[in-house]
Amino acid sequence: MSTSNAVEDIVDAGATSLLRFATAGSVDDGKSTLVGRLLHDSKSVLTDQLEAVERASLGRGQEAPDLALLTDGLRAEREQGITIDVAYRYFATPRRRFILADTPGHVQYTRNMVTGASTAELAVVLVDARNGVVEQTRRHAAVAALLRVPHVVLAVNKMDLVDYAEPVFAAIAEEFTTYAASLGVPEITAIPISALAGDNVVAPSANMDWYGGPTVLEHLETVPVVADPSDDPGRFPVQYVIRPQTAEHPDYRGYAGQIASGVLRVGDPVTVLPSGRTSTIEAIDALGQAVDVAWAPQSVTVRLTDDLDISRGDLIAPTATAPGVSQDIEATICHVADRPLTVGQRVLLKHTTRTVKAIVKDIPSRLTLDDLSQHPAPGELAANDIGRIVVRTAEPLALDAYADSRRTGSFLLIDPADGTTLTAGMAGTAFAEAAAEAAPAASADDEGWDF
Amino acid sequence: MTTIAAVTDDIDNPYALSHLDALESEAVHIFREVAGEFERPVILFSGGKDSIVMLHLALKAFAPAAVPFSLLHVDTGHNFPEVLDYRDRAVERHGLRLHVASVQDFIDRGELRERPDGTRNPLQTVPLLDAIEKGRFDAVFGGGRRDEEKARAKERVFSLRDEFGGWDPRRQRPELWQLYNGKHSPGEHVRVFPLSNWTELDVWQYIAREKIELPAIYYAHEREVFARNGMWLAPGEWGGPKDGESLERRQVRYRTVGDMSCTGAVDSDADTIEAVITEIAASRLTERGATRADDKMSEAAMEDRKREGYF
Repeated sequence: MSTSNAVEDIVDAGATSLLRFATAGSVDDGKSTLVGRLLHDSKSVLTDQLEAVERASLGRGQEAPDLALLTDGLRAEREQGITIDVAYRYFATPRRRFILADTPGHVQYTRNMVTGASTAELAVVLVDARNGVVEQTRRHAAVAALLRVPHVVLAVNKMDLVDYAEPVFAAIAEEFTTYAASLGVPEITAIPISALAGDNVVAPSANMDWYGGPTVLEHLETVPVVADPSDDPGRFPVQYVIRPQTAEHPDYRGYAGQIASGVLRVGDPVTVLPSGRTSTIEAIDALGQAVDVAWAPQSVTVRLTDDLDISRGDLIAPTATAPGVSQDIEATICHVADRPLTVGQRVLLKHTTRTVKAIVKDIPSRLTLDDLSQHPAPGELAANDIGRIVVRTAEPLALDAYADSRRTGSFLLIDPADGTTLTAGMAGTAFAEAAAEAAPAASADDEGWDF
Repeated sequence: MTTIAAVTDDIDNPYALSHLDALESEAVHIFREVAGEFERPVILFSGGKDSIVMLHLALKAFAPAAVPFSLLHVDTGHNFPEVLDYRDRAVERHGLRLHVASVQDFIDRGELRERPDGTRNPLQTVPLLDAIEKGRFDAVFGGGRRDEEKARAKERVFSLRDEFGGWDPRRQRPELWQLYNGKHSPGEHVRVFPLSNWTELDVWQYIAREKIELPAIYYAHEREVFARNGMWLAPGEWGGPKDGESLERRQVRYRTVGDMSCTGAVDSDADTIEAVITEIAASRLTERGATRADDKMSEAAMEDRKREGYF
């Protein structure tokens, strides 16, 4: 954080970029220590927070302050010394501001890692250098690939316990990179660290001069996070219709929403889905300022040249790249509720701003994350299961493949009886195309890789 | 395949959004989701900086139409007069409707008892839940931020509360992508936190950028204060100072605004917004650690209050 007095610095500080990232690691890989070290060494832990941790650590008879207490915020977590739920942390350096989703590592909390990864642009997967790539590591890599987190960092921790030996790191990095690449993870950066000793977390390590790459923080500060939205088709889900009906604005009719992907321009011919009616963008209002062009993820209000019947849940898209609509959806899902999802179940499906009735027509397979093998026709999916489903909706939806858009390719299934969130859905195939060729044969009787 | 990311500055990208623009866009999206999905939303408005920023965002989200929500103030009876004045002017200026839930009324009717320490902050929960029930509010916006406190770090943006207004951190709905689930059963309601991902510094930078007016007590001024539990408290009818506590005149400002009995002032000469931002950026204390007595009551004070229905 800047401590300068200059007003320009204050304005500059407001112009830094924002990186959302998630951490994942098994129970004893030292994830809490890494997060604590990152916060502590980047001077993001303030005196009163540290004092509270010291007080609590002393109170339970520990000699050194337990940095995990910084992140484990619930009574039950502190009592058991484990992370149960996602916690969000905030810290900043002069280059960037960070939102960290600190997610639990237990198998039973896969849904919480999915929660953290769904909005992350980068995932840090932690491995204990002594154990190398284990089942849980593969699970974390698979979840990151499934959720299509654009950047993955492999942090090989506890290097101090393997004499900071390069061959140990190189072997783990290679095994992980081969595995993650086969799932279609686009970019993998491996960093040897010791969270406990502070090697390569914030400051470069003097113990590993064979490593020439960035520290964890350096990488977080420099990884490019802004994709070029002009590559993506424009998608604008209508959230709310603004009609002031005042003397000043008697005829104003604006469609408010957050651009889900791509770019919108005044003058663009657009199609409104699912109706298929067409019009032209007359004006774009970016929260108080009229603009000619706006892009994801800006929240704007759009006006059209024609007075069409458009309401919440409709999708406005440039006519040239408008998506098709369908009532039959095939998707990969992570089931997040305690009650199972079954074939024939009636649910609500929330996609962008539209919620429709739907029925689960089929559950063709369940994925075993440990070895990525498929279990055909499981009949139902239980909490934390990942599987394929086929859903029929009561109304047509303008759905993209999740591979093309995390925003317009994702949906929730909701229990109509009490509103429980049942399932996180990702339309289309789960892993990137690379997976189809590079996938290991999961088991002899598998028909192939259709995840 | 192991790659070292190329160093690129996002600022060079014509499509980059500053972190304030990204946070603003996200908060506006949250306001509009609530407007689209709920019948009777209400904004908790205390006249503090977070609720002032919330109102500003709501005004931008629905412009040029009016904000489609009313305001609710839980009045402890121990408010700073400057803040009540600000509240009433804001309501007037934007043509809003204000509901007031009064802790004093509950005490007068014998439905709440004054605490021995004189602190009324924890007493707000009952009038709040009563107002939610009587107003049949189904979505209640709060200015809570996850950076404030470790229990709040676990809070969802859409947080389902049971018919008793309670929060059960172990039974929270997973919150995926930007697909906020506002479905609830009759009697339940949803607390909504559009500033979840903002930090204290973000709030101040945004106030500076948008030139938002605040109650004057956020800026350095001279005031009679007395020391209690390591904080500078303002004297008042709420019961301070007591015997043995003496008043002195100091140059102070407030980092948070709440019940006078538990909201402390900090020594400061930051009398402009630039000076305040500089001071916060350099501060080694969190906002609540510096100025809120109620959070120091136990290691899990906030979690316990939230379980009971606090915001």
